[in-house]
Amino acid sequence: MKSLEELRAIREKMQGKVGVRTENEGQTRVIVGMATCGIASGARPVLTALSDAVQEQGLLNINVTQTGCIGLCQYEPIVEVLEPGKEKVTYVKMTPEKAMEVLRMHLLDGQVVTKYTLGAAKRGTE
Amino acid sequence: MYRSHVLVCGGTGCTSSGSRRIIEKLKKEIKAQGLKEEVGVVQTGCFGLCALGPIMIVYPEGSFYSMVQEDDIPEIVSEHLLKGRVVKRLLYDETTKTEDILPLNETTFYKKQKRVALRNCGVINPENIEEYIGTGGYEALGIVLTEKKPEDVIQILLDSGLRGRGGAGFPTGLKWKFAADNDAEQKYVCCNADEGDPGAFMDRSVLEGDPHVVLEAMAIAGYAIGASQGYIYVRAEYPIAVKRLEIAIGQAREYGLLGKDIFSSGFDFDIQLRLGAGAFVCGEETALMTSIEGNRGEPRPRPPFPAVKGLFQRPTILNNVETYANIPQIIVKGPQWFASMGTEKSKGTKVFALGGKINNTGLVEIPMGTTLREIVEEIGGGIPGDKKFKAAQTGGPSGGCIPAEHFDVPIDYDNLLAIGSMMGSGGLIVMDEDNCMVDIAKFFLEFTVDESCGKCTPCRVGTRRMLEILEKITKGQAVLEDLDKLEELCYHLKSNSLCALGQTAPNPVLSTLRYFREEYVAHIVDKRCPAGVCKALLQYRIDADKCKGCTLCARVCPADAITGSVKEPHMINPEKCVKCGACMEKCRFGAIYKE
Repeated sequence: MKSLEELRAIREKMQGKVGVRTENEGQTRVIVGMATCGIASGARPVLTALSDAVQEQGLLNINVTQTGCIGLCQYEPIVEVLEPGKEKVTYVKMTPEKAMEVLRMHLLDGQVVTKYTLGAAKRGTE
Repeated sequence: MYRSHVLVCGGTGCTSSGSRRIIEKLKKEIKAQGLKEEVGVVQTGCFGLCALGPIMIVYPEGSFYSMVQEDDIPEIVSEHLLKGRVVKRLLYDETTKTEDILPLNETTFYKKQKRVALRNCGVINPENIEEYIGTGGYEALGIVLTEKKPEDVIQILLDSGLRGRGGAGFPTGLKWKFAADNDAEQKYVCCNADEGDPGAFMDRSVLEGDPHVVLEAMAIAGYAIGASQGYIYVRAEYPIAVKRLEIAIGQAREYGLLGKDIFSSGFDFDIQLRLGAGAFVCGEETALMTSIEGNRGEPRPRPPFPAVKGLFQRPTILNNVETYANIPQIIVKGPQWFASMGTEKSKGTKVFALGGKINNTGLVEIPMGTTLREIVEEIGGGIPGDKKFKAAQTGGPSGGCIPAEHFDVPIDYDNLLAIGSMMGSGGLIVMDEDNCMVDIAKFFLEFTVDESCGKCTPCRVGTRRMLEILEKITKGQAVLEDLDKLEELCYHLKSNSLCALGQTAPNPVLSTLRYFREEYVAHIVDKRCPAGVCKALLQYRIDADKCKGCTLCARVCPADAITGSVKEPHMINPEKCVKCGACMEKCRFGAIYKE
């Protein structure tokens, strides 16, 4: 080890990975539906894409977890975003690409991606 | 990159309850269900709740599975890891009492804890240096070597108020200052990992769960006092700790965090392991150094103190594992942060190994000043079987007992000394009404008689004579004058023994005499053991009204001491009875009692 910078580079690389192992109140929770319906319509790549991106970028305030069937099987893969003190936002028919858009716009910049939400999907079918 | 981390405890407690097999099975099952790329299995150090091992935590959800069995693994993998449905029935009871799963840090066991020395235990993989760096490891060493002068480091420690966690509570900064002030070409930094108190295992857990923190702190100590060589003296009976230390030292050398010119500062430091053969006296600082030198582990008179003439006659500092585990964080977060925890004269936190008659046996770290009541009733989850708390023993064979009347005393170094016990390394054994205090004192004396090195007469002969008196008492053969003789011997040992082993050996006797004298008197005068422990003073009897004559007791009695015919009340022949208690255990009618 030659310098503090060198040490800090390793730390940054590892931080996201080790940071997954904490729980804290102020975290934003991103929940991916991973029941049979979710998995069948492609929830796994969505979950791994989100999880990888959050860890790579060391976003310690975001907690990516999975859950069982949310009950809207025709809209799977579903991703729910729960920010502390805000209303839950439900994104439907997700793909890894769409999920990255959600991560960039909603989770990082605070702009809900309305076109992918459950509300938009319902309006589209009506 | 894993989306889910499964942490399985690899400490000694959970390893002995089968965590290695759990890990193998987990890996196999995860592979079989095609999750190898998504779910990582990490073997960590101790989570603390050893009573419920093997323990497994799944992140990011933070689901705490307790007493995991191999057969549960396929279900956990397919339900939880694949489909995201937490297997509620296998979770730690307390987290599932309400609709929502209770986060771990809100359970009574963890709520009042503050993990400083144990911060990485149960969080990182101790065999991977990068995980330690990922939680801020080696930052303190980097800061110290690139930005601080040795005297600054010592001042930080002095300001923090950190005192030695090995038991005596000497201010760590002062110890370092003495060694730094002595000029010598070669100085040494030693780590005392010869944890010998019966019931104490906090040092083992730090070494098993976070070995790098000790290496980092020792290197900081080396820089502060001007030493380039460190030794860790660790018991050979701690094979997991030894193995992880060896791996950690190897990795630290590979990453240039031990060795030459660390952080390009020109500072060299290396560490070697020395394995102790398990003699209790080698936990005493001068005996430990004598043992590292390759001689028989016997203490030597002080002064000269180790800071002047220690290992190989050179200035040396020796600190305990837990003391070291606090130091890197004190450097990074500042001495004020550390001093903000604890009481006026005892800063920071202390790790206790909870054992004995308590529900949550395990490892807890609490701020100094927490009361015994909080530890036993809240964190410890109370005493099994609704028994009454009688006393807690702290400090092992060097300490004493704290009776129920001091249940609300805030625990710190000075308060414990004032009530006749001591902090010791942190073993805390809880006793209930079924424990005989004379028997406890005898147990610890047996230990010190065994472990006395024999170099000085007061300890070698004195402990033996004291034990003989205690044996007389527990056999009902003593007279009241023996108590005076016992006390006199205690004071003699305290003032005349060469090292702390002999000086503190009378403490268990003195403190039980102080708080439970009436129990000693009951043994001597009434020939009775109030707790029903001392066999020689016990009689097993059969209540003729309750006995149904089922003959079960007569059949289990190994000494053929029970006679009687079917459907008639039985009798125990006291001449033949060996007082094993087998009959009482087996009787289905509660007809057998002891008095």
